[in-house]
Amino acid sequence: MRREGVPIIVVLPAALGAAFFIVPLVGLIVRSPWGDALTALSAPETLEALKLSLIASLSATAVALVLGVPLAWVYARVAFPGRDLLRALTTLPMVLPPVVGGIALLLAFGRSGLLGAWLDSTFGITFPFTTVGVVMAETFVAMPFLILTVEAGLRSMDRRYEEAARALGAGRWRVFVRVTLPLIGPSLFAGAVLCWARALGEFGATITFAGNFPGVTQTMPLAVYLLLPHEASFILSLVLLLVSLVVLVGLKDRWLGSA
Amino acid sequence: MRNRVVPIVAAVVLVACGSTSSSATPLTGNVSVFAAASLTGAFNALGTAFQAANAGVTIKFNFAGTPTLVTQIEQGAPADVFASADTTNMDKLKGDGFTAGTPQVFARNKLEIVVAPGNPKGITGLADLAKPGVIYITEAPTVPAGKYALQALKMAGVTVTPKSLETDVKSVVGKIELGEADAGIVYTTDVTAAGSKVSGVPIPDADNVIATYPIVAVKATTNAAAANAFIAYVLSAAGQAKLQSFGFLSAS
Repeated sequence: MRREGVPIIVVLPAALGAAFFIVPLVGLIVRSPWGDALTALSAPETLEALKLSLIASLSATAVALVLGVPLAWVYARVAFPGRDLLRALTTLPMVLPPVVGGIALLLAFGRSGLLGAWLDSTFGITFPFTTVGVVMAETFVAMPFLILTVEAGLRSMDRRYEEAARALGAGRWRVFVRVTLPLIGPSLFAGAVLCWARALGEFGATITFAGNFPGVTQTMPLAVYLLLPHEASFILSLVLLLVSLVVLVGLKDRWLGSA
Repeated sequence: MRNRVVPIVAAVVLVACGSTSSSATPLTGNVSVFAAASLTGAFNALGTAFQAANAGVTIKFNFAGTPTLVTQIEQGAPADVFASADTTNMDKLKGDGFTAGTPQVFARNKLEIVVAPGNPKGITGLADLAKPGVIYITEAPTVPAGKYALQALKMAGVTVTPKSLETDVKSVVGKIELGEADAGIVYTTDVTAAGSKVSGVPIPDADNVIATYPIVAVKATTNAAAANAFIAYVLSAAGQAKLQSFGFLSAS
């Protein structure tokens, strides 16, 4: 039995492609000052940044779930003029430079922004330089990942289960919670995790809209950037990288297992 | 005979642009200049003037916070010239063995408080930054300007917690322009560069910190002749005059 060989014309660029991603990781690992790893990781500023990163990214994911799942449902189930345009607008941050997103947020929700000026003068609420501002920046950049993933899930699910439940007398809300949500569970989970991972790594929109102050707005990516050129920043980068890797590997198993 | 004309013309051009280079060969190629963000306006002008005098050379600038530039150079970014906003970062690059020759001071700069146009919060000095209701932002202490700002506040005996530690002077000025913050500490040259979009409140000399800007050729340069010619031009009378027109203080 002769095994079909993989053509070299495919193997070569494929190997180069893989190396393009792997070599930078190796670089971080090799060049990290491992002797100082514990000091760098247990520094109060690091722990503070890590804690803030977790709180902000989880909050952003929660907001994205509350607002994004209904939006995805509307995109998947309601036909209305301008739906494609609206979908494009609400997923624009996926391709927008995050710094531009941050500037746009400032112009809308900043102290002298379109809505921000009114919120400030009426309620005394301002977002820049606050943890809420960080959550807003992260939600802005990360929510599109959840919207698109959940919409895809809603479109590909078997709608006969919903129809059957309706025929048996269940109300629309009951059908949504008891039938639809469990059926799109894997997509919901995948979308939320992708959204969370993107929020965790957010840099540009956060520093532009929310600023950078330890304990309030300085998340891990900001702390890493501000530590440069010190090698401790390599270690912190690896921590972020490890978290993302665990998420992605875990997600793939989950995805394949439920497919 | 024809061949001898070219070096003579080149020599005249070099003298005309104030270069001290003794080479008579026309300079060619690209020069990558990694310069502190606060030098953006002045160096763009210096680059234009240098290229006008040296038609064969293209100056390419990379402006960023000084620590970012040090990282980029140490990780092998193709830099020919490094212009730092402080001696600490320059010493690190030199200590790590990435410089060629001795760094030379080419400019100095003072700190100034940057506020919204017309100074609506009525800020008169460093002490006012700590007033309730004033949103004060500055640069991170790893950035030269942020380190100098801390020194100035300490000398003035002012304790104030900033709302944000920005990555460079440009983002501080940007947030003042957008109205997100009320006051920040930047260089005099940044206030000058922002024109009517901001106002400046001087800091008295007793509390002020003089920032020192050194320049050096990068060891890995592939165009040492042109890199050194550019450095010489920055240090020349013409280069110094240009820097001072942007608000910088003379090197000495």
